[in-house]
Amino acid sequence: MKNTAKITGAEAILLALLEENVNTVFGYPGGAIMPVYDKLYDKSHALKHILVRHEQGAAHAAQAYAQVTGKPGVCFATSGPGATNLITGITNANLDSIPVIFITAQVSSTLLGSDAFQETDMISLSMPVTKWNYQVTRAEEIPDALAKAFFFATTGRPGPVLIDITKDAQIGLTEFSYKKIKSIRSYNPIPELNKNDVKTCLDLINTSERPLLLAGHGILLANATEQLEAFVNKTNIPVAVTLLGKSAISEDNPNFVGMLGMHGNFAPNVLTNEADLIIAAGIRFDDRVTGDLSRYAKKARIIHMDIDKAELNKNVKSHLPIHTDIKDFFDEIIPAINYNAPRNWLEQFRKLEKIEQEKVIQKECFPETGKIRSGEVINLLSVKTGREAIIVTDVGQNQMMGARYYKFKDPNTLITSGGLGTMGFGLPAAMGAQVGKPGKTVILFSGDGGFQMTSQELGTIFQYNLPVKMVILNNNFLGMVRQWQQLFNNNRYAETNMPTPDFPLLAKAFGIESSMVSERHALDGALDTMLTHKGPYLLEVKIEKEANVFPMIYPGMAVDEIVLENN
Amino acid sequence: MKETYTITAFSENHIGLLNRITIIFTRRHINIESLTVSSTEMKGIHRFTIVVEEEEKQVIKVVNQIEKLTEVLRAEYYLNDEIVYREIALYKIPIDTAINKNIEQILREFNAHMVDIQDVYVIIENTGHIDDTEKLYEMLKPYGILQFVRSGRISISKQKKELVNYLKELPINEYVKE
Repeated sequence: MKNTAKITGAEAILLALLEENVNTVFGYPGGAIMPVYDKLYDKSHALKHILVRHEQGAAHAAQAYAQVTGKPGVCFATSGPGATNLITGITNANLDSIPVIFITAQVSSTLLGSDAFQETDMISLSMPVTKWNYQVTRAEEIPDALAKAFFFATTGRPGPVLIDITKDAQIGLTEFSYKKIKSIRSYNPIPELNKNDVKTCLDLINTSERPLLLAGHGILLANATEQLEAFVNKTNIPVAVTLLGKSAISEDNPNFVGMLGMHGNFAPNVLTNEADLIIAAGIRFDDRVTGDLSRYAKKARIIHMDIDKAELNKNVKSHLPIHTDIKDFFDEIIPAINYNAPRNWLEQFRKLEKIEQEKVIQKECFPETGKIRSGEVINLLSVKTGREAIIVTDVGQNQMMGARYYKFKDPNTLITSGGLGTMGFGLPAAMGAQVGKPGKTVILFSGDGGFQMTSQELGTIFQYNLPVKMVILNNNFLGMVRQWQQLFNNNRYAETNMPTPDFPLLAKAFGIESSMVSERHALDGALDTMLTHKGPYLLEVKIEKEANVFPMIYPGMAVDEIVLENN
Repeated sequence: MKETYTITAFSENHIGLLNRITIIFTRRHINIESLTVSSTEMKGIHRFTIVVEEEEKQVIKVVNQIEKLTEVLRAEYYLNDEIVYREIALYKIPIDTAINKNIEQILREFNAHMVDIQDVYVIIENTGHIDDTEKLYEMLKPYGILQFVRSGRISISKQKKELVNYLKELPINEYVKE
């Protein structure tokens, strides 16, 4: 777009966003960013602004919005405290590789470094937690800076970027000519797949008897879910997912064998150490997945594929590291492969699955006595929603239960804080997911602790009448920490027992419908009431206070030492 | 086993890149022994030369993280025998001891030379390896060293393929055509 009439930098920011097909921004105004908001006043028809109640909420919401829509999220904050409030959200997006463009205002360039009112060095502060950042001090730099921001955020391994824009650059005049970036010489986002690697990969698969495919978040980020399904259906190789890889393949696929990691399923963890071939697709071998690295998958040859070269051989040394876009890899190997995994290998998974079903899942999801358990709430919702909902979790026991017991079907239907484990992520993320998918049922699973960290966003949910279904699994504890205290600190519950407010009453204060359920016989009806309610709804479920998440790989254990129950 | 590694990185000449690169070391608790940043013969491209004492597997990870930065074109690492490397040192000596007859012999031995002579002091410059700098320091010590300074390492790799030829072919930015 070419426009020779001069406009302000603030307007140029908004025009650039429109050029990148942005129609939703999460943010919060303040002194230094006022010129942008003044221009936004005239553009609210094209750019919908969601006014959050705290900048951290905007950051998490923008991330969740990006995850459910596949478009980059955009977030505005003013200088100083507005910008620093974003840091947790930026870090979260960085660890989970989500494209979000953070635009922060800055004091005038003449005041930089003078400790001016609401001045913070956001470039230095955000450097370790962004994929790229840049400070704009002149209006004419804005189009190019934003074009680069979108390019870096969305290509290669995606991630958050931050553009810090001084007040004088927002006020200054510039001609506006926007050109999207196609390439930057110092940055190579599209690795070229080496055809020999595919050949070697085929050889390794063809000679394997116990292959196991580990599917990570990279599958979802590469939009390669169809390819994954086709590959698995053609080869019958058992496929396990990481926490962020959940929803990369439908959980009723006959070759799906569950979730990896500390609170993952019994079978894939145990059999990781029996496999003779591990095909790791878009995973980064996080310590929560591998357990004791020195005893991880020692019987297997390892093929590791990632778009980020720095991930290859970072945590686990692979026999065949492949630097590739996973979609390209699958497109290449699917027509060429002619392999069928031995039937008895998959049966080994099914045997172990039965044990987990008996010892853990049955008790968690179908208890007949005692208090309500998280698993049964989630399992019921999985059934009632026909596995069609978008699930958002906070962090801790609620998160592990949500991931374990909702039977995911469609891509990008689990939004959770993986790498950073950010308590307080849930409510604002649920809000962002609902903004991104207004027609979908969005269900939040939160604990009582995490909910209180960002509960101010009830105000945003009320303001925009976002029909988020909020389920607070209340055990009056910081449950996951309490579980560790029970298991490893001899039941010394230091500062994890927490009295909670009357959550339904809190919701009512924001004009949100709500109720509380504590008895099993009333649970089914309470969930129906919540699901059929048209607007936002908060349901507090009083659950078993000292329930634990099992199975569990204790710290320092190998994956095959995973513990099924607490003795 | 920890060894001396020289890491070189070629980057765009943008504000903050030094910080971007050094935090990669900080985060992994790696001390930088020496750091030199300078422009190259390619306009807009700067070269970082960083010396660390580390294990190779850790150095590989650091180099990958440096190369991952969106504004870094290339990063590599070398052992001492794979490069030709130098540092420069300056020594400021009082004139009255410097005119002692022995100093001429020392300068000749090191191939060092005087770069400035004033009424009260002389400045001696020497180029060499760390050991040379330190050995000369010890030998000049009896003369009374008023000031001493040394640079970080600069190095040139012995490999045959030259990076600049590859860089020359790349346009800085390309835009999507309307």
